[in-house]
Amino acid sequence: MKPAAFGYLTPRTREEAIEVLSRYAGDAKVLAGGQSLVPLLNFRLTSFRYLVDINRIPDLDYIRSEQGYLAIGALARHRSVEQSAEAARECPLLPEALQFVGHPVIRQRGTVCGSIAHADPSAELPALLTALGGSVVLEGSSGRRVADAEEYFLGYLMTAQQPDELLVEARFPKLPNGSGFAFEELARRHGDFAIVGVACAALPDGSVRLGVCGANSVPFRPLKAETAAAQGDLQEAGRLAAADSDPDSDLHATAEYRRAMVSKLVERAVRHALERKEGNARG
Amino acid sequence: MDLYRVEDRRLLTGHGTFLDDLSTVPNVHHAAILRSPYPHARIRNIDASKALAMEGVDAVLTGRDVAKMSRPFASALPRQAAYYSLAVDKARFVGEPIAVVVAKDRYLAEDALALIDVDYEQLPAVVDPEQAVIDPDAPILHEDVGTNVALHRTLRYGDPEEAFRQADVVVKRRLRFPKYGSTPLETFGVVAAWNAAEDTLTIWSNFHGPFSMHPVVAQALGIPSNKLRFIVPGDIGGGFGIKTSIYPYLALIGLASRFSGVPVKWIEDRQENLMASSSGTDRVSEVELAAANDGTILGVRMKIYDNVGGYFRPPEPGCTFRPLGNYVGGYSFRNLDVDAYIVFTNKSLTGPNRGYGCPHLYFGLERVVDEMAHKLGLDPAEVRRRNLIPKAAFPYRTPTGGLYDAGDYEACLDTLLETADYEGLRRMQADARQHGRLVGIGFAFGVDPSVSNMGYVDIAATPEERKRRRPKSGATQGTTIQVDDLGKVTVEISTTPQGQSHETMVRRHIAQELGIPEVDITVISGMDTATRSWTIPSGSYSSRFASIGISSAVVTARKVLEKLGRIAAHQLEADPSDVEYVDGNFRVKGAPERSLAFRHAAGIAHWDPASLPPGTDPGIYVTHFHTMPTALPPDDEDRVNSSNTYGFMADLCLVEVDRETGEVEVKKYWGVHDSGVILDHKIAEGQIQGSFVHGLGGAMYEEMAYDEDGAFLTGTFMDYLCPTFLEVPPLETRYVETPSPFTVLGSKGIGESATETVPACIANAVTDALRPLGIEVNELPVTPTKVWNWLQQAQSEA
Amino acid sequence: MAEMRTGHLEDALFEAREIACTVNGKLYRAMAEPRRLLSDFIREDLDLKGTHVGCEHGVCGACTILFNGQPARSCLMFAVQADGAEIVTVEGLARSPQQLTRLQESFSQEHALQCGYCTPGMLISATALLSENPSPTDSEVRHAMAGQLCRCTGYEQIVRAVLAAADSDGKGGEGGNHA
Repeated sequence: MKPAAFGYLTPRTREEAIEVLSRYAGDAKVLAGGQSLVPLLNFRLTSFRYLVDINRIPDLDYIRSEQGYLAIGALARHRSVEQSAEAARECPLLPEALQFVGHPVIRQRGTVCGSIAHADPSAELPALLTALGGSVVLEGSSGRRVADAEEYFLGYLMTAQQPDELLVEARFPKLPNGSGFAFEELARRHGDFAIVGVACAALPDGSVRLGVCGANSVPFRPLKAETAAAQGDLQEAGRLAAADSDPDSDLHATAEYRRAMVSKLVERAVRHALERKEGNARG
Repeated sequence: MDLYRVEDRRLLTGHGTFLDDLSTVPNVHHAAILRSPYPHARIRNIDASKALAMEGVDAVLTGRDVAKMSRPFASALPRQAAYYSLAVDKARFVGEPIAVVVAKDRYLAEDALALIDVDYEQLPAVVDPEQAVIDPDAPILHEDVGTNVALHRTLRYGDPEEAFRQADVVVKRRLRFPKYGSTPLETFGVVAAWNAAEDTLTIWSNFHGPFSMHPVVAQALGIPSNKLRFIVPGDIGGGFGIKTSIYPYLALIGLASRFSGVPVKWIEDRQENLMASSSGTDRVSEVELAAANDGTILGVRMKIYDNVGGYFRPPEPGCTFRPLGNYVGGYSFRNLDVDAYIVFTNKSLTGPNRGYGCPHLYFGLERVVDEMAHKLGLDPAEVRRRNLIPKAAFPYRTPTGGLYDAGDYEACLDTLLETADYEGLRRMQADARQHGRLVGIGFAFGVDPSVSNMGYVDIAATPEERKRRRPKSGATQGTTIQVDDLGKVTVEISTTPQGQSHETMVRRHIAQELGIPEVDITVISGMDTATRSWTIPSGSYSSRFASIGISSAVVTARKVLEKLGRIAAHQLEADPSDVEYVDGNFRVKGAPERSLAFRHAAGIAHWDPASLPPGTDPGIYVTHFHTMPTALPPDDEDRVNSSNTYGFMADLCLVEVDRETGEVEVKKYWGVHDSGVILDHKIAEGQIQGSFVHGLGGAMYEEMAYDEDGAFLTGTFMDYLCPTFLEVPPLETRYVETPSPFTVLGSKGIGESATETVPACIANAVTDALRPLGIEVNELPVTPTKVWNWLQQAQSEA
Repeated sequence: MAEMRTGHLEDALFEAREIACTVNGKLYRAMAEPRRLLSDFIREDLDLKGTHVGCEHGVCGACTILFNGQPARSCLMFAVQADGAEIVTVEGLARSPQQLTRLQESFSQEHALQCGYCTPGMLISATALLSENPSPTDSEVRHAMAGQLCRCTGYEQIVRAVLAAADSDGKGGEGGNHA
């Protein structure tokens, strides 16, 4: 299990990174934490002629509180975000979801933006970004653009990112004071990719936001379920979310099981989020 | 600070010597293996020219070369279903080795794999062992056999027909046991160096025995066995039986070295390990039990389909027959009928895996015992008590020929019920059920065989066939002790340990026997067949150490002491019977001033042969091979004492099933073990805990899974699910220590124990939890999806 | 491949280059081509055999090292990424084989290792845990260590060993000498 040969580039600035990405567009892949990419390279399930290692670019490792959102730089590791005071304060659902991402040593090296760019439909962070209506910032040779989560995730391991673009930042909307939230996940073992996972935020205005992973080729927001959840009909929310999902069968779970679990986990996540919201209101 | 084990300091500081750490010979090149992507395919042609043209590539070995340079491995199927180290005409499972690239380094060797063109003709595949036999349309794997039945044996003990005629109640279940393996963290590793000048082949590997595979490899390679040298390093990164089945690669990499003219190293990667290393068999079976109304078991019938995959390789059919002597478990019924098919399918190959055959056996037996108790409305603990072999009956001869050495099974049961507070658990369960919760309590009992008798493998042949062959027997293990002129001791063990603390235990017991400090003893593990003492059964497998391994070491030490005693007596001008050994000194009884220190007696043997008693050889270098007189060949009635000591475990667990998700939580597990005298409780506990988690893996997480077309689905550790720190429920163990009369210290094996009963115990507990819904667990692993499906089905039927 | 070669600069991207890194306090320099896994570099090129390789896809954790003070899978990194880095491997935890850390001693006393193959990764991972959280709970130990597979021990003894090495009085557990 040794990777195929590649050319290795270590840009020192984002401009340089974008320059090499556009020079080798289509042949180059960004290497950040490498926790998803390197296994695929070692299995030779994928290969790239060039790897562009962005770890030596100094200004990409940040967690910043901005107007309305938490900005996570391309080199911010899962673990830093998990332990960040800003994240705990502004978007506590993010550190909660991060508990389900791999194991601590993987999170020490893996990056939040890397998980998002990898776009595994079973992964937790894309579902969370989708639930909250977050976005990503992409920089490429034709400039900088912001893409909403729902337009960014296109399919299994597929995104709207262009080959010359670098995902420089992920933006997680802040949860207003008085929100409740929950992340529920079913996996064969702790730390495995989800069979099904559900992110839920119950906002002070009474609305509920949901994001589901493991039940479709992309993470998705079950909009009808959100409405039912906001009306307090948890079972209906679960049923509607299940109806909106289109899962596949695999070794670990059949499609029927996944769909049923979407229903149960949506119910559990909404209940848990509403309980916490109530607790917040009282506390 | 003293460490607990003598092995620990090197392992804790990164100074162990595992196979891949060795400096062997200069100029070692590296192999990568091309493997079949198809479960069943004819190999029309292999074109390696592009790979050979690559810079850094030395050679590409294919099945054609292997067929020219070697013979099929010997097995119980003479001259049929030829098994070579590379596929010759057909590939018969995903991952079967097709070609070997030898190159300057592993990276280049893997690059070259992509440049080999293989022209395959895909063939239909079969993966279910029962279907492979009964479906007339099932593809045939080996045309020369003409059927997918590698071996079929019917065995009959007592009068099973009569037992079933007399039965008040009969229960029969169809059961499926999955294919899984212990996946040691260190994978297979081999370095082979063919010396063309001397026509010798030296192979370094993490092979852990039995060394019966040495002649198997020598014969396959067609070289004299004394020109084939196996070297095994002192540290092996886990084995659990799996590394017995490395031997095809010893031959393959040996051939690659001979073919390419350079020493060759191959380290199995995890993908290769999961798809093609070795595993236990998957089994489809029908088990039928006849009982009287009071729960007394009258007889059992078993129909077994054991799946050995694409080829049949020794020591199979151990999966089926290794536990033959203990087929009745801990119960006293005398009537048994076994109809066993050992079957080829398009799955990867099998071999010993922790518990070898026993998890399969007890899954069947203990499931039907529970169903019988349920049908009779009896408590499963009481039904088991009624059938246990009583303490007074030992040594006990089972109907299948096993000779159980010792045990107090009923004491184990009593201890279990008391430790777990069985009545309290049942009350708690009743209360939980009132609240709609699915809580279950399960039992599984088993007899844990240790020290395989080499004779059991001959059960593969009929009594008539056996008469035409030389018999096999024995369970030998050897130890060599040398004492130097300063009285320092070096011990060579031939048990090739993989973490079982042999160095620590041998050092401790030899120090006790010789009356010298432990620091004066160095224990050498590993093996070199050219320079050290070994014999056919040497190695670590079938939990041999605590029975035969330590017996061999202790008896060897006693022989050393006896020789030194004679030397001392001669020096002290006393009769040896008048000399006693106290605190490291030989002294004349009643005259303690006439004494000779241990090291001085040893010094005489080295420096002053003239002072030795007449007829005494100089030097202190003692090798003793210890065997078991109970290890006899099978008799004409197919009875065989397949092992030599037999432990016992009584297990109980508490589970809860989540009605909504189908998840099973094992809340607590209790195990009571009678493995004779426990030599070291901390180490024994470690063995039980480890084997418990292997059993848990098989029951709930681990499976080498295939789709029905033979595609392999679990090629990564993301899909083959080993339990982690977070999946392990609390385990409480207790011991009943009934000394074995057959071993020197009264101890016996314990390393496989829990792994044999855990799958059955969890299946019984989950069945108990789901009993109100009429659901039974007759296949493993119990996954959330499966349980949820059963719940849905039960709901729609209700 | 020839059509892709656009010049020396281009070739240089694929070629082996010198890597300088500090391992266990000692500076090493060795050549590595870009694809060389850091685990292979440490074992083969630096000849430090204590770091073990168990799966090469980041699941088993046997190859875990401290990379600039943080635990990392060396099989999921390339040697070229280690240029300028500070690395600690299992060989660097104890001052000498005779002076073990408290964690190493408790691994032995609790019988937290059998074959010893997973042990280097376990020790590194536990060292990182204890330096961050000197008095972890049982559950914190399990969660922090869950990415490390052991096939021998069944884990319980490892949990006990880490807890035994932890500081119950909150004074801080003992990390490695270079950690």
